[in-house]
Order: sequence, then C-alpha cells, then structure tokens
Amino acid sequence: MPKVIFASHVQRHVSAPDIVVEGSTVRSALDAVFADNRPLRGYVLDDQGHLRKHVVVFVDGARVVDRQGLSEPVKPDSEIYVLQALSGG
Amino acid sequence: MTTRLRVATRKGLFTCIYEHKQWRIGEPAFLGDPVSMMLDDPRDGTVYAALNLGHFGVKLRRSRDDGKTWEELEAPSYPQQPEGAEGPPWKLVQIWSLEPGTKDEPGVLWAGTIPGGLFRSADHGTTWQLVRSLWDKPERLGWFGGGYDAPGIHSIVVDPRNGKRVALGISCGGVWQTEDGGITWRNIAQGMRAGFMPPDQAGDPNIQDPHRVVASPKDPDTLWTQHHSGIFRRPAKADQWSEITTSPVSGFGFAVASHPTDPNTAWFVPAMSDEKRVPVDGRMVVNRTRDGGKTFETLNKGLPQTSCYDLVYRHGLDIDSTGRWLAVGSTSGGLWVSSDQGDTWEIVAGNLPPIYAVRFVG
Repeated sequence: MPKVIFASHVQRHVSAPDIVVEGSTVRSALDAVFADNRPLRGYVLDDQGHLRKHVVVFVDGARVVDRQGLSEPVKPDSEIYVLQALSGG
Repeated sequence: MTTRLRVATRKGLFTCIYEHKQWRIGEPAFLGDPVSMMLDDPRDGTVYAALNLGHFGVKLRRSRDDGKTWEELEAPSYPQQPEGAEGPPWKLVQIWSLEPGTKDEPGVLWAGTIPGGLFRSADHGTTWQLVRSLWDKPERLGWFGGGYDAPGIHSIVVDPRNGKRVALGISCGGVWQTEDGGITWRNIAQGMRAGFMPPDQAGDPNIQDPHRVVASPKDPDTLWTQHHSGIFRRPAKADQWSEITTSPVSGFGFAVASHPTDPNTAWFVPAMSDEKRVPVDGRMVVNRTRDGGKTFETLNKGLPQTSCYDLVYRHGLDIDSTGRWLAVGSTSGGLWVSSDQGDTWEIVAGNLPPIYAVRFVG
C-alpha cells in the first residue's frame, strides 16, 4: 500500500504522521488519510477539494500536476510526499 | 485597574496589558503566523483568532482560557462551486471580520470573508454556514476587490438592541443591511461617491469602497464610514449617506472608531492619498469630531511628528467599551494608546510586526 509522508512544516500546526493507506490515485490515498484525520484535510486541500495553491505533492519523485482532480495513479509501493511550496515571507 | 489590548499582526497575536500605570507586551500567540482578525467575545470571554497561513490556508482557533490554550475549529468553508459559476472562486481567502451576536443569542458569531461571503455560527464557532441569501444575490457579481483580488466583508455592525439587524461594509460592494437576521438584504450605500469610478457610475451603491463601517452601540442607526473617497455619515432615519468634507489634513484613510455612548464623536487616522498611503508630511495624527462631523480637532501629542510613514489599516484603530482608551496600530509595527480620548498618546511598541487589527478586551 502507498505511503503518505507529510513535511515537518505542517506538523507545527496539526498532527500528520507518516501513514500507509489504501489507494490507487493521489485523491483516493489522501482521502483515506483524511478519513482518519479530518483536521489535516483543510491544511492540504481548499474549499473545493483542490490542492492548496502553496502545497505541492510528489509521487515517487514526480510532481503532481492535476492539482484539482489529483487523478495521478499511485502504485502499492509508491511514496507520496506532501510538501509546502517555497513561497511567502 | 487592568486594561488589555489584543493586537493581530502579520507574525502573531500579541496581548498588551496595562497595569501599575504602564503598558507591557505579553507572550505572543501564533508567533510567526499571520493573524487576520481576533475577537474577545464579551458575552462569555471566549477568544477567537483567525489565521491566514501562507501555505496551509485560513484557520480558526478558539480559546476558553484567555489564550493560554487554543483549539482548532473547522474554518468557514464555501460550498461546492457550481460548474461555470461566475465571480471569484468559491474558496476562503481570508477571515476579515469577526463579530459576536447580541446578548440574547449566545454562541452566535458572524464572520466576514474574502471573497465576499458572510458566515454565521450558532455554536461558538464550532460550525459555520454561508449566508446564501447574500451570496446568491446577483449584485454580488458586481463587487470587486479593493486591495485584494476579490471583494471582502470587513465590517459587521450588529444592532445590540436587535440581533436580526446587521449592516456590512464591503470593499468594494457598498453597505448591505438585513433587518430579518439575514433572510433579506438591501444595499444602503446611497449617497456615497466613488471617486475611483467613471463619473456616471460614481454614485452606484454596489461598487462603493467603504474602508470601514462603524456605529456607536448607543445609536446603532447612525453609521460612520471612512470611505476610499472620503468620510461619510448616515444619520439615524436618513436614507442617504452625507459626505463630510470638513476633515482636516486629509479625507483619505482606512480606519474609523465611534464612541460607545456618544454617536456624535468619532476618530479617523488620515493618510495622504490613494496613491501615497503614508501620513501627510510625515506626521502621524488622529482626527476627532465631537459634533457629528461639523468640526474636527487634529490630535498629535505623543505621536511621531517627523519622518513617520506608518499607515493605519481599517482595523488598526479601536476604542474600548468605556470610551476612555484608544489604540492605534500601524503597518510599520507602531502601537500607540491614549487614555484621554486622543488628547495625548503614548507609544506601547515601535517594532511589532505589521499590525492588521487592534481590539480592546471587554
């Protein structure tokens, strides 16, 4: 099953331990994470369920480009990194 | 006697305490994080803080122990945006105003947001509902951003005698009022003049930019605004705003405060102009009227009078519930207070992060 790893930056605000979940796409894997960790959802996704503007997701080293649908497939041994973009001041 | 002042800044929420005849700054909360608005609910002492995290969006925190510990609430959230919906994305950008309901409706809170949605909570902020009656008005699509990409509700004036009467200040969307708790709304910005529009549209109520709208709790029917194009007042029983052109120094600015028991008394912090948002001639001053805008005094004792470029945002001026204390906070991190309604000022801090809002506790 894919593993989801959250950057340390978000952990300052909300609990986000690394977690192994069911899922065949980025969307379904993240939904599985948020099903057990509702507060975390709003840190990663916006009102419309899109990836927040200043959050980036990598799957096995490739940046997710479908930021609205999160339709990229993930493999059983994939690693999904959820990171903050380098922005702000 | 202890007086306390909350200061929301770009890098945290500060609490300033006046005791033993001096001000000190307490430990900040949310250090490093932008705090766009805060509220000390006078009905039960609960404290709310709205954060605007650069990466992770808008957050809402609540404290029931005066800021010692905070719990995360689910922030107001926009519903699913219909396919092809016009206007700004249905995504929360900022909580710009937070106000309590009246004493007979404990737990009721109002939140004004960018991109222009008003939210109501009936359970101390635990859950929020978008006020669809306003959001769905076709006029909303005529609003536009003032300083931000999307329009926003920065002022919520709840009538303390009747919580169903609420007025909103919107940049840029005029002033909207409900008298039935939000079932119906009407724009009451008639009489305002928008100098930033083509002449034939300058009087359109739906595109006005009232930077801040306030009323004295003593006379909630009389509204004051510091508008983008000047100062306006809407007296009780009038159906028009009247422009006040007697303000010295400058009619431009963002902030206005109204005296809690004297609706004829109000304060403004003038800035040079739309194009030059700094004090006139490098001198920080506060304008005060005691006669409903007929005349003003310009107050400057204790405020910097040379090389001052501090701008005071729309929520950067507040008066306490006794009408004695005033506070002014600037985008340069300057914080001043007055214990005599503005006659004299003392500096509390000169190096805070950029200040978004100041509010006295209680």
